[in-house]
Amino acid sequence: MKNYPPKFFLRFFRWYCHPEMVGHIEGDIMELYAERLRNTGKRKADVKFIIDVVLLCRPGIIRPVTIERNVNQYAMVKSYFKVGWRNMLRNKGYSAINISGLAIGMAVALLIGLWVFDELTFDTHFKNYDRIVQVMQHQTYNGEIGTQVSNPAVMGEEIRNVYGSDFKHVLQSSWNFDHILTYGDKIFAKPGSYFEPGVVDMLSLNILRGTADGLKEMNSIMLSKSVAKTLFGDEDPINKMLRLDNAVDVKVTAVYEDIPVNTTFRDLTIIMPWTLYLSQNTWVQKMTDPWDSNFTQTFAQLNDNADLETVSTRIKDVKINRQTEEEKRYKAVVFLHPMSKWHLYSDFKQGVNIGGQIDNVWLFSITGIFVLLLACINFMNLSTARSEKRSKEVGIRKSIGSVRSQLITQFFSESVLIAFLAFVLAIGLGFLALPAFNSVAGKQIVIPWNTPMFWMIGIGFTLITGIFAGLYPALFLSSFQPVKVLKGSFKLGRMASLPRQVLVTIQFTISIVLIIGTIVVYKQIQYAQGRPMGYAVDGLITTGVNSERHKHFEAIRNELKSSNAIVDMAESGSPITDVWNTNGGFDWEGKDPNLAVDFPNNGVTYEYGKTIGWQISEGRDFSRDYASDSSAFILNESAVKFIGLTDPIGKVIKWNNENYTVIGVVKDILVQSPYAPVRPAMWHLTDDSENVFIIKLNPDRNAQESMAKVEEVFKKLDTTSPFSASFVDEDFSNKFGNEKRIGTLAAFFAGLAVFISCLGLFGLASFVAEQRTKEIGIRKVMGASVQNLWQLLSKDFVILVIISSVVAIAFSYFFFTHWLESYEYRTSVSWWIFAASAAGALVITLITVSFQAIKAATNNPIKSLRSE
Amino acid sequence: MKKYQLGEFEEIVILTVGVLYKDAYGVSIKKEIEARLSRNVSMGALHTALKRLESKGYIKSFDGEVTEDRAGRPRKYFQITALGKKAMEYSRSTRDELWKSIPKIALDVKMVG
Repeated sequence: MKNYPPKFFLRFFRWYCHPEMVGHIEGDIMELYAERLRNTGKRKADVKFIIDVVLLCRPGIIRPVTIERNVNQYAMVKSYFKVGWRNMLRNKGYSAINISGLAIGMAVALLIGLWVFDELTFDTHFKNYDRIVQVMQHQTYNGEIGTQVSNPAVMGEEIRNVYGSDFKHVLQSSWNFDHILTYGDKIFAKPGSYFEPGVVDMLSLNILRGTADGLKEMNSIMLSKSVAKTLFGDEDPINKMLRLDNAVDVKVTAVYEDIPVNTTFRDLTIIMPWTLYLSQNTWVQKMTDPWDSNFTQTFAQLNDNADLETVSTRIKDVKINRQTEEEKRYKAVVFLHPMSKWHLYSDFKQGVNIGGQIDNVWLFSITGIFVLLLACINFMNLSTARSEKRSKEVGIRKSIGSVRSQLITQFFSESVLIAFLAFVLAIGLGFLALPAFNSVAGKQIVIPWNTPMFWMIGIGFTLITGIFAGLYPALFLSSFQPVKVLKGSFKLGRMASLPRQVLVTIQFTISIVLIIGTIVVYKQIQYAQGRPMGYAVDGLITTGVNSERHKHFEAIRNELKSSNAIVDMAESGSPITDVWNTNGGFDWEGKDPNLAVDFPNNGVTYEYGKTIGWQISEGRDFSRDYASDSSAFILNESAVKFIGLTDPIGKVIKWNNENYTVIGVVKDILVQSPYAPVRPAMWHLTDDSENVFIIKLNPDRNAQESMAKVEEVFKKLDTTSPFSASFVDEDFSNKFGNEKRIGTLAAFFAGLAVFISCLGLFGLASFVAEQRTKEIGIRKVMGASVQNLWQLLSKDFVILVIISSVVAIAFSYFFFTHWLESYEYRTSVSWWIFAASAAGALVITLITVSFQAIKAATNNPIKSLRSE
Repeated sequence: MKKYQLGEFEEIVILTVGVLYKDAYGVSIKKEIEARLSRNVSMGALHTALKRLESKGYIKSFDGEVTEDRAGRPRKYFQITALGKKAMEYSRSTRDELWKSIPKIALDVKMVG
């Protein structure tokens, strides 16, 4: 174009000029240019144009750095929420399904989130959390590497002496168990440990009264606040004298704040000095080889600059260096287990850490996310399903001038609105469900109302959920072309419902997997519970022994037997459901000399077998008729197999170089884990085990009356201690605590998952029925029966659920077979589980869909055809 | 007095807008001032003044027709508002008053050579 001004300057002008003025000023200079072009020629006109442009470049005409606009979009956002709110109110049914589904999903996520948080913050209460370690050891017994926390009592001292520079504290400690505290006429049993004095500093105990140096004197005791309260009420406990375990008087030197529940030391409610332990257990110092027995724990705190791995490697031979040649065969490797792993990574297999509770943390985290995902899918499905209804709105908005990003914002604000309503509801639901959840999960979780972090995470999570749930609808709805939707010929093709079908399939796949998982967990528990126990558990009770009771054993037994309250009772070194004592030092003919063995070796009285009702498969029980029985063993079948005896009766087994004769073999008794094989075990006679009494109540009499009689006799003959007893069947079923917890929670989550999925399905079905009102009307007029119509409407959903079942079964088969492999004694994943789960899902689907289908099918066609 | 702010050039522009009546847009105003006052007016100065007058509310604008010379850009016509009229009158009256107040003798000077 010839009569065009210099392009560069025109462009420059357009660039700097204020957008509001660019139009007419450009018009003006162009007009002048055209005139000058005519009058003076192009060159002069160009020059003058340039001068004009340069002179126009002045404040007032130049555009501001940021274009002045109405940045306050409050009105628009307000309108989005208003429209969203009205939409919600207009479709009360769908909104209710959406919000309640999301709320349940979020409540589950909330509870699981709190649980996971609680698990992950376990022990973090302690100030020295990242420095505290437990000294543990791997030892090789019976050809397997076992890992244990119990150590010789001299372990702490040895580490202090040899490797002291790496540690701030190395503390020896006893097991944490109940001690009897007597103050005046008050008698209580409270759990606690004997500790070396550094424990106050290591656990950063908050001393409320008394001195932080409270373990210096031998006869002293430190009480937690709650114990001090039960014993002394409002009295000042400091310097008061208590009687400990009816044996020794101790002075209260300090009261410390209770240690929180989600810590390893939650049951450390009283602390006594380690020196007192040594003085009470004089045999400890008289041991010929202090390294050959493990019966205490060792805790330590690393120096601030010490590296865990380095120190752990450095101390690995601390025990083996001091052991006798005989003992070295156990190949003891000492290592440090950091506090951060005590709770979540506590399992070892063949000397390698294989996790532990962390598996459950993962399992539940994933379940929580899945349940929330199901709820989000509901939202997506219902929103897109109803898109045709909103397509006109989109069309109109677009033709008035909305751009796509605004529509996306609009739909997001709607889903965020719904997510926030659901969040409020979820908090309420979570609050109501928390007590029940706590009792199932064995926790004391509270909702941290006052923590800003909780609200920030909660609101952040809600936003993410809202955006995630709204993502697909927002992108889908905003993509409509206004011309098509407004013409009225807008119909979504077959393919449009494909994503919806995929989402429903995902939903049901997850639900069915959860159902199968629940059944597998329960089946495994039942299988293990139904495992032969090898003894008669009914009416067996266990109670603790002290020196007073031990002395009166015969008197108690005779009195209880003559009153017919019990069948018999025996004294034993361990309760039936646990192993408190194992021994090495066995030898027999044909034993591999390099094999280090370690067996549960329980010292019992003559009546033991009769009391627990074990089943003798060969030989005979202990008997007073044979004096030689004082050096006799009874083995279980596993022990016979392990030792390799073909004809065990009469064979001799050496224990610490003394000869013991095998007089009997009993059927395996299930003592420890119900999922692991029974360990080779043996029993011998002793009359000084002093650990527990096992009592068989008379089955022909009322258990409560018998118990009352037992208590009465115990109290009469032993005035020193309170009486408490536990039923063996309860102790046994406590072994399933963890699995039962998982089972109950899995059932709970599976139930919710199914419920949420069905809620979504219900919404979809009602939508489909509504959409096809006319079609159903016409079909009816043409003669379709209710059954035909029901089939028509249900078929699509049933197909989806069948596909889900196939996917879920394939996945579950692999996953749960693998899960069961972590149990040595396990059930199988049988086909009926899959069949039942799939059938269950199908039935639930049919019920859900049929409700809508039959409602639609029985409608009067006149009404549906006349509608509009 | 800050009641009616009207600068010297602004006054010329608003008067010219009045002169041109319905025909006042950028180029015509420029030409009119240049013709009547025989001084050069740059587009920059003119548009700054017009913008300022408009933001003060003394003149208002409306879009007009498009001509071929303007390459598709509409003319923007200006018109005096009531407020603008008052401002002009105020400016005039203050000047009149000043004129009246000048003693005759002060003006009794002769132009010499």
